[in-house]
Amino acid sequence: MRHDFLDKYSRRDSPVHRVPAFAKIGTALIIVLFVVTLPASRSSWFIGVGLLLLAIASGSRVPFPFIFRRLLLLEPLVIGISLLSFMQPEGWRAFVFIITRSNLCLLTMILLTSTTRFPDILRVMTAIRIPSIFVTIMALTYRYLFVLVDETERMRRARKSRTFAQSPGRQWRVLGSMIGQLFVRSAARADRIFLAMRARGWQ
Amino acid sequence: MHLPDGFLDARTIVATGALAAAGVGISLARFRAGANPRLVPLMGLSAAFLFAAQMVNFPIAGGTSGHLVGSALAAALLGPAAAVLVLCSVLVVQCLLFADGGILALGANILNMGIVAPVIAYAVYRTICRLIDGERGRVTAVAFAGWCSIVAAAIICSGELAWAGVAPWQLVFPAMANIHMLIGLAEGLISALIVAALTRARPDLLNLQDAGRIPTGSAATIGYGLIVAVALVLFLAPFASPLPDGLESVAASLGFEGRALTGSIMPAPIPDYSVPGIGSAAAATVMAGAVGTAAVFLMAVLLSRILLPKRRAR
Repeated sequence: MRHDFLDKYSRRDSPVHRVPAFAKIGTALIIVLFVVTLPASRSSWFIGVGLLLLAIASGSRVPFPFIFRRLLLLEPLVIGISLLSFMQPEGWRAFVFIITRSNLCLLTMILLTSTTRFPDILRVMTAIRIPSIFVTIMALTYRYLFVLVDETERMRRARKSRTFAQSPGRQWRVLGSMIGQLFVRSAARADRIFLAMRARGWQ
Repeated sequence: MHLPDGFLDARTIVATGALAAAGVGISLARFRAGANPRLVPLMGLSAAFLFAAQMVNFPIAGGTSGHLVGSALAAALLGPAAAVLVLCSVLVVQCLLFADGGILALGANILNMGIVAPVIAYAVYRTICRLIDGERGRVTAVAFAGWCSIVAAAIICSGELAWAGVAPWQLVFPAMANIHMLIGLAEGLISALIVAALTRARPDLLNLQDAGRIPTGSAATIGYGLIVAVALVLFLAPFASPLPDGLESVAASLGFEGRALTGSIMPAPIPDYSVPGIGSAAAATVMAGAVGTAAVFLMAVLLSRILLPKRRAR
């Protein structure tokens, strides 16, 4: 599979990776909750949280450029919404406060997702009694996400190698039928998976 | 539209979380009440399909590109109950695998994109399918439903942001609504292209989903309607009042939240002097919204005629 780079850092080895998933999710929740509920008058605490996150990040051996790129990828929405608070009376304070707050939360989540494997998270979900249908759907989603992304990539390559120049309207139609075809294939695959699951005694 | 953590306050997190849990609970109950187990892998694969479909970029003028969100497509292909479960798992995976969307904001994201969007989309889709029959009706319906789902989710989202005191309603509502009325056009167009392609390639698949999906049932329909209605009233009603006092106290945000709520939920008589300016501004907004919606509907009808020429339609 070519697309496992999407979450490749979650399967590395480091002291942070070795912490049980349950503890990591709990810690992340506590940090985010603390940051979100901290009143503006105590904003100096943010520095402490930031330092803690930096320490975790360096302990996890996830490369900093990767974390930074993820952060940058999610930034447009953060800045867009924060800009709205900028237009209030004495808005620059609210702006700086909200931007710091949401970036700390983002950093926490990026660290959580890049040090915890998704199957471990699913195991935690089963342990805290999340309905099993839901966990099954998510497990299947995770398993076939990469397969289908690969399939899309193959279709895109096939299309690219057969077209020279095209009008935008035509291109949209081709992309539309490509996604339609992807759904056809997904549904067919789902049928095969169902039979395979049944044959192995599922439910 | 994936809200990260840090924008919503505790009150909004609890309110959206409760509504999201109720919506997902209804879907799970529907599923347990007698759905075909064959649907479980189909739902998992549909969620993975939405991921892959979201990675296909559609070129828009000026180097930018748009991609599918898929609420309307999922609702049209799988029905509302399965669509809620599929979109919910997409959102959870996006949050826990890619940090896209916050963990405490998960309730709000599920409510906006996983419940309000598909439920509104499905209601619109069914209504138009009844009004215009045949394959063209289906393409028109999914195009219009796609636009409606994005706009509805954006409006609820702006209500939540205003509720949390991030930005005043007068700023956040027009900003979110205007941007997403444009984004919604791409969503509707992409959804219609996909359904048109399916109509040409595998029409049986569209009908198979009709037969094989979870029966919604009247209790669940009422439940979904109730959740969307509560979300609308809760997050939009405090700001819909044209009284300047209500709006100002919202801008003053958290410290004055009690006053803001009592001042605006109560149907206070409109003072004479505020009627001409603000009354007409609100009316103008409503008018513009209605005209825009009608224009998008006409575009959807036109689109179905372009995508499915006469000889294909019958």
